Amino acid sequence: MDASTFLSAPPRVGVYVCHCGLNIARVVDCGAVVRSVQAMDDVAVARELPYACSEPGQQVIKQDIEDMGLNRIVVASCSPRLHETTFRQMMRDAGLNPFLLEMANLREQCSWVHMHDPEAATRKAADLARMAVSRVRRLSPLHPQRLPLTKKTLVIGGGVAGIQAALDLADSGYEVVLVEKRPSIGGMMAQLDKTFPTMDCSI
Amino acid sequence: MADAGRHPRITLLTLSEVTDIKGYVGNFHVKILKKARYVDEKACTACGECARVCPVVRPDEFNQGLSSRKAIYSPFPQAVPSAYVLNANECLGHNPAVCAKCIAVCEKGCINFHMSDEEIEVTVGTIIVAVGMESYDPTELDEYGYTRFPNVLTSLEFERLINAGGPTKGEIVRLSDRRAPRSVGFVQCVGSRSARKGRSYCSNVCCMNTVKSTLVLKEHDPDLDIKVFYIDIRAFGKGFEDLYTRSRRLGVRYIRGLPGTVEELPDGSLRVAVENAATGRLEFHDLDMLVLAVGIQPAESTRKLQEMLGLQLTSDGFFLEAHPKLQPVDAATRGIFFAGCAEGPKDIKDSVTQASAAAARAMRLMQWGEILTEPITAEVVAEHCIACGRCAQVCPYNAVTVDKKKKTPATITTAACAGCGTCAAECPTGAIIMNHFKDIQIREQIDTMLAENPAEKILTFACNWCSYAGADSAGVSRLQYPPNARLIRTMCSGRVAESFVWHAFQKGAPVVLVSGCHIGDCHYINANHWTEKRIAKMRKKMEKLGIRPERLQLEWVSAAEGVRFAKVMAQMEQLRQSVTAEEIAETVRILCEHKDTRPQTDDGDA
Ligand SMILES: Cc1cc2nc3c(=O)[nH]c(=O)nc-3n(C[C@H](O)[C@H](O)[C@H](O)COP(=O)(O)OP(=O)(O)OC[C@H]3O[C@@H](n4cnc5c(N)ncnc54)[C@H](O)[C@@H]3O)c2cc1C
Ligand code: SF4
Ligand code: SF4
Ligand code: SF4
Repeated sequence: MDASTFLSAPPRVGVYVCHCGLNIARVVDCGAVVRSVQAMDDVAVARELPYACSEPGQQVIKQDIEDMGLNRIVVASCSPRLHETTFRQMMRDAGLNPFLLEMANLREQCSWVHMHDPEAATRKAADLARMAVSRVRRLSPLHPQRLPLTKKTLVIGGGVAGIQAALDLADSGYEVVLVEKRPSIGGMMAQLDKTFPTMDCSI
Repeated sequence: MADAGRHPRITLLTLSEVTDIKGYVGNFHVKILKKARYVDEKACTACGECARVCPVVRPDEFNQGLSSRKAIYSPFPQAVPSAYVLNANECLGHNPAVCAKCIAVCEKGCINFHMSDEEIEVTVGTIIVAVGMESYDPTELDEYGYTRFPNVLTSLEFERLINAGGPTKGEIVRLSDRRAPRSVGFVQCVGSRSARKGRSYCSNVCCMNTVKSTLVLKEHDPDLDIKVFYIDIRAFGKGFEDLYTRSRRLGVRYIRGLPGTVEELPDGSLRVAVENAATGRLEFHDLDMLVLAVGIQPAESTRKLQEMLGLQLTSDGFFLEAHPKLQPVDAATRGIFFAGCAEGPKDIKDSVTQASAAAARAMRLMQWGEILTEPITAEVVAEHCIACGRCAQVCPYNAVTVDKKKKTPATITTAACAGCGTCAAECPTGAIIMNHFKDIQIREQIDTMLAENPAEKILTFACNWCSYAGADSAGVSRLQYPPNARLIRTMCSGRVAESFVWHAFQKGAPVVLVSGCHIGDCHYINANHWTEKRIAKMRKKMEKLGIRPERLQLEWVSAAEGVRFAKVMAQMEQLRQSVTAEEIAETVRILCEHKDTRPQTDDGDA
């Protein structure tokens, strides 16, 4: 879809509430969360999924995108810090701009931290999902730029880790600048006699 | 080591430290200070003539001070580069040519007292942080008598002592009388797993290092009496249990319990008092030598680099990875990776594994020779800009250009913009659109959150890198806290505009919390300074308007501070309960009347 048709197309939102096995569903009433978003403007479909991030889970979403012409997606599951990249890739695969996705954090910031108050957790989960819907309706597609890059790596510290990283990179054809504050590389390992588990000498 | 020294694609800079890093993934601009070696690195053949004639004798750091070196010296026999190095602070020649003996004997003329420090600039696409660790200094643990009793050593000193290349050529002797010990004790968890002194975490390598040392000792002298005092032995790695069993089979005694006190006997031996957890009895063990298995702590330069690169640390002080399971070698900042003990205590195998992983991650980013930028950047709507210059003033990346005198509207260099949103929050006319975090997008979240029962909710703005991650970390640790908070994620706390907060209060929010990275830890250099200033200003305004300023809170929560996040949530709930319905109604009335704080309804940047 090009930008002009996109802007004119009204939002059609799909909302997917993930159980994360029992991680979310044990505490949050996921059915209630689905119901709370169903009546919102522009929501075309809302469903529960056992594992949204799994292959079958993503397949359901992609199928809905195709069948119902969805153009924005809300996944109410774990933290976006964990799976935002997963679902953005799914968006790309389904032909949508990856920035038309919004996640609601029902696991790290809800079911896991309000285990003893399922009702309040469900209310919070519904709010988070509804907030995500309001936001996703207002999102615009974004397009990254391509910029030139320097094929060179700075390695700070010349202990065994820095040396290994520098060698792997250099052997693969990349330039490396290895910076060591002491007069010699080697780090702590250079000071050791024999090392476990092989019991051979360190340098 | 030698391979790294002579690799055609590795530029090795020793005696060097990074002093400044600017830019972003793909093109970091790095400044490095290379201190003068005073010896020509290429020409020196490491013949050692210079050191032979140098009159200055100093303790040798490499041998933990157990031997001496000269003011001009080789760091250690296998050093890379192998060239000698001159310590200018110790050298006499630096005082008006009183010495210069070394210069006289160096046939190749490598030594030059006038060599100066060099500043080197490079541009790189990626950075691997591998600054390693420091071993714990047990002097503060008075009960073990380290530094008071010559025959109490650290495990690192012991490493040098038993090393064939070390000060005693690998001969184990007591430092007090140079006699071979007949009994040696090891104390585990020194500076580790302690809430009192040292660090609270397990240092990962000291158990196996001790097991290794007992085997080496038994090889030297099968009759040696060896005792290990421990809490529990952690031999979880591949092949580790084997070594441990072998050590026990050779007669090494493992005694559960850490010494309470260590006393020195007249002959320099040590009397160790320990409560044996197996028998429950207090025991005394007389030993010729005692080795303290010291723990591992973050390298000294960790903090400085963390600030320079805008990275995060764990509560233990090591670098924090982007995700503990799925991105264990990535920093949260794109293009920066961790390897080795910089990320946490680990052994050589794990350090090497992580280093290879970091190299692979760096290559994955660089291999196409170009990089896709994050499109979450700011844009100026020129018609609305009054060229006041505020945005250029606050941008941590100097990404904004505006000519105040000529009144030319602001422009943003997209490639330099990191997307913190501070400019958009500070612009007085709303001329800046912060993509993906537009005013309208955030206002919609606020409206939905506060549509029903607003008085029960705590509106919390959390920055992506620290506070939001801190909230996640509370979840991962299953810390329970009151369910009233609703988080709105922004990339940086700098994005939280005044108008968002007024809008929330006008919609009936009892409490608004703005949270971000600690000052000094901001992912966007120092954008959170502007957050701090903004909140202070707003609280003053609230006071003037007759709104309780405490209802607007600012808290710094790092990505590792799940515990702190949960605590803050409990405090916020207490605060919320103190806000009455009348107070909220009054606030709504005040804000609707006041022109700066009236709710925004236009869809300006939608
Ligand atoms: C007593 C002891 C015994 C051990 N025994 C064993 C063993 O038997 N087997 C085993 O597998 N592991 C052992 N270990 C662990 C092993 O030493 C580490 O796994 C390994 O050294 C980690 O390598 P590294 O490169 O991460 O860090 P380091 O070895 O600490 O190297 C870091 C390097 O970075 C440099 N550096 C620091 N800051 C800067 C800066 N700002 N700029 C430039 N350079 C900088 C340092 O000078 C140093 O050269 C032992 C550790 C200790 C303390
Ligand atoms: S590795 Fe062993 S000695 Fe070291 S801190 Fe952990 S338990 Fe203690
Ligand atoms: S969003 Fe932040 S980095 Fe980008 S121009 Fe504005 S202040 Fe600068
Ligand atoms: S802060 Fe706003 S009005 Fe002022 S120069 Fe920047 S864009 Fe223009």
